Amino acid sequence: MSYLDYGTGSRIADSKAPQGPIAERWDRRRFTAKLVNPANRRKHTVIVVGTGLAGASAGATLAEQGYRVLQFCYQDSPRRAHSIAAQGGINAAKNYRNDGDSVHRLFYDTVKGGDFRARESNVHRLAEISVQIIDQCVAQGVPFAREYGGLLDTRSFGGVQVSRTFYARGQTGQQLLLGAYQALSRQIAAGTVEMHPRTEMLDLVVVDGRARGIVARDLVSGEIGTYMADAVVLASGGYGNVFYLSTNAMNSNATAVWRAHRRGAYFANPCFTQIHPTCIPRTGTHQSKLTLMSESLRNDGRIWVPKKAGDPRAAVDIPEDERDYYLERIYPSFGNLVPRDIASRAAKNVCDEGRGVGPGGQGVYLDFADAIARLGRDKVAEQYGNLFEMYERITAENPYEVPMRIYPAVHYTMGGLWVDYDLQTTVPGLFAIGEANFSDHGANRLGASALMQGLADGYFVLPATVNDYLAGAPAVGDADASHPAAVAALDETRERLARLLAVQGDRTPDSFHREIGELMWEYCGMARTEVGLRKALQRIPEIRAEFWRRIKVPGTGAEFNQALEKANRVVDYLELAELMCLDALHRSESCGGHFREESRTPEGEAERKDDEFSYAAAWEFTAPGQAPLLHKEDLVFEYVHPTRRSYT
Amino acid sequence: MKLTLRVWRQKNADAPGAMAAYEVDGVSPDMSFLEMLDTLNEDLIVQGEDPVAFDHDCREGICGACSLVINGDAHGPERTTACQLHMRSFRDGDTIDVEPWRAAAFPVVRDLVVDRTALDRIIQSGGYVTAPTGSAPDAHAVAVPKPDADHAFVHAECIGCGACVAACPNGSASLFTAAKVNHLNVLPQGAPERESRVLDMVAQMDAEGFGGCTLAGECATACPKGIPLQAITTMNKEWLRAARTSKR
Repeated sequence: MSYLDYGTGSRIADSKAPQGPIAERWDRRRFTAKLVNPANRRKHTVIVVGTGLAGASAGATLAEQGYRVLQFCYQDSPRRAHSIAAQGGINAAKNYRNDGDSVHRLFYDTVKGGDFRARESNVHRLAEISVQIIDQCVAQGVPFAREYGGLLDTRSFGGVQVSRTFYARGQTGQQLLLGAYQALSRQIAAGTVEMHPRTEMLDLVVVDGRARGIVARDLVSGEIGTYMADAVVLASGGYGNVFYLSTNAMNSNATAVWRAHRRGAYFANPCFTQIHPTCIPRTGTHQSKLTLMSESLRNDGRIWVPKKAGDPRAAVDIPEDERDYYLERIYPSFGNLVPRDIASRAAKNVCDEGRGVGPGGQGVYLDFADAIARLGRDKVAEQYGNLFEMYERITAENPYEVPMRIYPAVHYTMGGLWVDYDLQTTVPGLFAIGEANFSDHGANRLGASALMQGLADGYFVLPATVNDYLAGAPAVGDADASHPAAVAALDETRERLARLLAVQGDRTPDSFHREIGELMWEYCGMARTEVGLRKALQRIPEIRAEFWRRIKVPGTGAEFNQALEKANRVVDYLELAELMCLDALHRSESCGGHFREESRTPEGEAERKDDEFSYAAAWEFTAPGQAPLLHKEDLVFEYVHPTRRSYT
Repeated sequence: MKLTLRVWRQKNADAPGAMAAYEVDGVSPDMSFLEMLDTLNEDLIVQGEDPVAFDHDCREGICGACSLVINGDAHGPERTTACQLHMRSFRDGDTIDVEPWRAAAFPVVRDLVVDRTALDRIIQSGGYVTAPTGSAPDAHAVAVPKPDADHAFVHAECIGCGACVAACPNGSASLFTAAKVNHLNVLPQGAPERESRVLDMVAQMDAEGFGGCTLAGECATACPKGIPLQAITTMNKEWLRAARTSKR
C-alpha cells in the first residue's frame, strides 16, 4: 500500500474542553481538576524535556508545587534554549494603553490571525492568562522597557490594531527566558529539579499504555540510559529545521516529538509552518542558518520594491514615485503590519514579478529613512539599535544609511503533537507544551504570541492539569527501567545509533539535511501545489534509502560525537518531511501559512474551504514507511464566526 | 580565500591536547567564522577523520554557546560572538589559531568544547528573585524609575558565554557574577534578597575555582554584549555593604 493511501480513523469527538460560556471554561476546568495532596506530590516524578520558555517555566512551577522534576536539555546550559533568540515581544491584554484592548479582543485577533484553524477554548484561555504572565515576569525582575514614569511600555505587532506587545528592547525572549531559567535555577539549588544538560531524548517509554519515561543519551560520555517517571512533558520546540535553512537554532530538532509520535501520540497539522517575512536574505551555498529581523521593525520601517522589474539602480537613487510600497497599497488599513503569512506571500509575489532586490532578486527593502526623519536617529537607535547592529554585522551594510534587504524564511511551526484542552497527547501521561504542541495558533501565528503561549502553558496551564492526571494515575513505583517496554526502547535506540555508525558511506549528515531541506522549501514552502507535493512524496523515500546506504558518521557512539547527533536528527527529519507533505497534499484548501496555489481568491489571497476543512488533522502513526491514519477534530466556532480574513 | 587553521584537538577531558594544522580553501568573505569551520568539518568527515567539536546553537549572537579563542582573543578580533564574526575580518593567506576557553573552572570536554556548568551554579546560588508562580502583584503595582530599569537591562543582557573568564589573566568570573548582581539588586523586586544574593554568589564563584579580580579590565573588552567594567565595582560595593549589615 502506498504512503498516500492513508486511511481515515475515528473522529476526535471530545477535546475535553469544558462546556459553558467561553470565559468561564478555564475556571471550571481548574475547579474540576483533581488535586494531589502536597505531601504526596514529592512521591511523584515528572520528566520535562527542554528548557525553553515552556519547559523552564513548567519545570520550575512543578517543582515549586512539590513534585520531583527530572529536566533535560541538549545544550550545555538550560539558559541557551532557542526561546532566547525571540526578539520582538510578548502580547498581553492588559489594556494599559486604554486603546480598546481586552481579553476578548486578544482572543478574537488570535483566532482570526490563525485563519480559523485553532480551538476557541484554548485560545480564550491563552488570552486570559496573558495578563498574569506579565505580572509574573515583572515579579521575577524581567527588565521590560519602561516609560519615564516608571510604568511599562508597549508597541504594536502584525495583525492587530492595538498596542499590547510588551518588550525588552530587541531581546524580549532572552529576558523572559532568563527569568524562567532563574526560577528553574532556584529549584535546582533546592534539590527539587535534577537538571541533565547535554542530554538528548531519543525515545519515549510507554508502559501499559501510559508514558512512563524516556531514553536519553549523555552527549559527553555517549552513554544511553533510561529515565522513569509518572508523567512526561515534552517542551522540545518546533520542527522548522526540517527545512535546513530556518531561523531555528542549529541543534533545534524534531526527535523528541517524532519519537513520541511513533509511540502513539497523534501529530496534528504538520504542514502548518510559518514563513516569517523579515529575515536577512541568504548570501551563498555556505549558509547554515537564517537570521530574523524582528517584526517590531514593521512599526516604523516601510517595505517597498521598485515599480519597474529589473531596476538596476541603488535604493537611494530610486525616486519616491518609482517605488511601490506594496503592503501600504494593497492593505491600507493594516499597511506594513499585516500578519506574517500575508506579508511573506506579498514579498514572494513581487519577487516572482522580477521586482526583487539584491543578489538573485530574492529580497525587498525595509526602509527606515522616513522613521529617522520623523523620530531622529537617536530614537530609532534606542528602539531598534541592537537589530541594526546585528544586520550590519551580517551584511556589512548600515541600515541607518541604506534600506535593509529582507526575505521570508521558515520561522515557526504551528503544527505539533495533538493535545487536548489539558495539553495531554493521545498517550496518557504524555503532555506537550509550547511550540511542540499544535493547539493555539491555527494556521498562522501572530507576532509576539509564541512567548505568550510558551509561558502560559508552562507557568499556568500544565501545572493545573498535571495534578489532575497524577491524582488519577496508577500507584507510584509500578514501573522501573527493567520493565520490558523500557528495555525494548533502550535496545532499539542503541541499535539505531549502531546502524548509523556502521554504514560508513561517503556522504555527510549535513549533505542529506541540506537535500531534504531544499526539497521541502521548493515543494512544501511558501506556495504548494498538488503536482509539487506528489513529486516530493515520491522523492523523500528515495532520499531516505540513499541515506541509509551512503551516510558516513565518523568516530564511535561512546564519545562526544556531534556528527552522530546530527545524523540521528536527520533520520527523523526524513520521516517527518513525508508526513508534512502528505498533510499539505490532503488539505487542498489554503489557510494561513498553508497556501495551495489551487485554492485562492480572485485577488490571489488564501481561500479557505470551511465546509471541507474546518478541522485539525491529527495523524496516527501506523508502521515505518506505511500510510498513517487521519483523525479529524472538528473545529466549532461559537464566538468568532469564520469570515474571509481581511486586512485591507 | 585560502586559510591555514591551527586548531586545538583534544579527544576528551583526560586526554592530552595539541594544535593541529588544516588548510581551508574556497572561503567566502560572507561566511561566518562557524560556517568556515563547517566547511572544514564537511571535508574531515568525508575523509573519515573526526570533525572539530565546537559549541554553537543560535548563530545569532544571543544563546552564548559559542566559545572560541581566535588568534588569542575570546570570540576573535571584533566585538561580537564568534558566530557573528564574518570572514571579511580576515585576509587571504592568513593563519588563524583557534582554541577553547582556557580557565581552571572550565575543563575541556572535547576539542573546542568546554564545561561551563560552574556559571550555572553561580546563578543557582542566588541569581534569581524568589517569586513563585502565581504570587505576583499587578505589573504596575510598583513603578520602576526608567534609569533603574535601563541599568538592570544593560546588565541583564549578559549571554553567559564566559568570554570574560577566558579573557581574564586570572580566570575570574567577576564580570559574569557582577552582571547578575547589578541586574537584580537595582530593581525593587530584587531588593529583599539584595544582601544574601551578592554574598552567596561571590562565595559560589570562589568555590568554583575562578580566580580573583584585579580589575585588569580584559573581561569588559572581550564581552560581546558590552557589560561595563563598573559592574564589578558596584558588585564589590554591594558585597561590602552586605558583609557589614547582613543579619546572617
